[in-house]
Amino acid sequence: MRNLAFGVALALAVGAGTGAAEISPPRVIKITAKKFEYSPAEVHLKRGERVVLELVSLDRKHGFKLPELGVRADVPAGGTARVEVTAEKAGRFPFACDIFCGDGHEDMTGMLVVDP
Amino acid sequence: MHIDRRELMKLLGLGGVVLGSGLPGFSLAAGKGAGVEDFFFLQLSDTHWGFSGPPNPEADRTLKQVVQAVNASKAKPDFVVFTGDLTHTTDDDALRRKRMTEFKAIVSDLKVPKVYFLPGEHDASLDKGQAYQEHFGALHQSFQHKGVRFIALDNVSDPAGAVGDTQIDWLKSELAKADKDAPIVVLTHRPLFDLYPQWDWATADGAKVTSVLEPYRHLTVFYGHIHQENHRTIGRIAHHSAKSLIFPLPAPGSVPKRQPVAWDPQQPARGLGYREVEFAAKTSEVKLEEYDVKGARV
Repeated sequence: MRNLAFGVALALAVGAGTGAAEISPPRVIKITAKKFEYSPAEVHLKRGERVVLELVSLDRKHGFKLPELGVRADVPAGGTARVEVTAEKAGRFPFACDIFCGDGHEDMTGMLVVDP
Repeated sequence: MHIDRRELMKLLGLGGVVLGSGLPGFSLAAGKGAGVEDFFFLQLSDTHWGFSGPPNPEADRTLKQVVQAVNASKAKPDFVVFTGDLTHTTDDDALRRKRMTEFKAIVSDLKVPKVYFLPGEHDASLDKGQAYQEHFGALHQSFQHKGVRFIALDNVSDPAGAVGDTQIDWLKSELAKADKDAPIVVLTHRPLFDLYPQWDWATADGAKVTSVLEPYRHLTVFYGHIHQENHRTIGRIAHHSAKSLIFPLPAPGSVPKRQPVAWDPQQPARGLGYREVEFAAKTSEVKLEEYDVKGARV
């Protein structure tokens, strides 16, 4: 579900970088995913800040779902996915793995915190 | 910490909801329910056989206790349906099969005419339903019972939690056999709507599925997955989740993490139970009754 209130921009690329030249490149936040945790599990950005979440799987295929910002991605086994996020509203927005990955899948959650 | 019943109800998101009468969105249409006979079935869910841990130190006894409770009841259901997560998942294929074999042996003691099974993600996601099919048969199925069409959907053998276009085409063909006013029950494990996708309480292509269901005027969905009752009517479709038989989970979004509600030795089976669904042809009503693991009405 996409919440238009957040004005989210989403870009997804698997493998190498987007290749697009950026005048003001977004801050890249690396998040590793492995059974059954994201690290870091809490990510902070400022309201209005454009960031790229670089998701790296250290083991098997995982998912990344951030419903309130309309973001989801597959994170391939041993690979990388990138999602670009600009949150225009402060708050705490939970994310979770949505590819069932085993006993502990339910614990694989995190929080994106948009500071005012 | 002691939690009284009112606090527990709030924590579990029950909020005093009691459904003992006709359900919104689900009645047998006058004239169209003529072919329906009186009967009831039981919905049992999320037994997670093989689970062990602090959320339920009695995990090896709870399922057996429920089997005894069902057998002790004077009124016998026409059938029992398990709406998924029969077993607790494991990466060990041999252990998965062992748990399924044990589960089947335990529920084979149910003194009821028929038992139906649905897979949950714990049963079927890691091997795309291979072991499940060896033990329980088809991942999705339909059957007719006393004038009511039942359709059991699989939204778990795809690890992404989707039903998939092939099964949706099958669903369309099954629904095409029914009148738009016919009583229809859809059984699933995961909710077909975005109940709380932040905790993966959704079906990836649920909107596509519900758009196929929506034209049917007397269709109700019963599901599991979230380990608590939840009653929601969207459009004309009523969706009802069942309690678990292993541990309760908190109400959606009520706590930061979707971790089991802590075990209370003073109330060892709190938040656990099963459901009776009764079809009353004369009054054109369908009633829900909830029972605890000892078979007492709650």
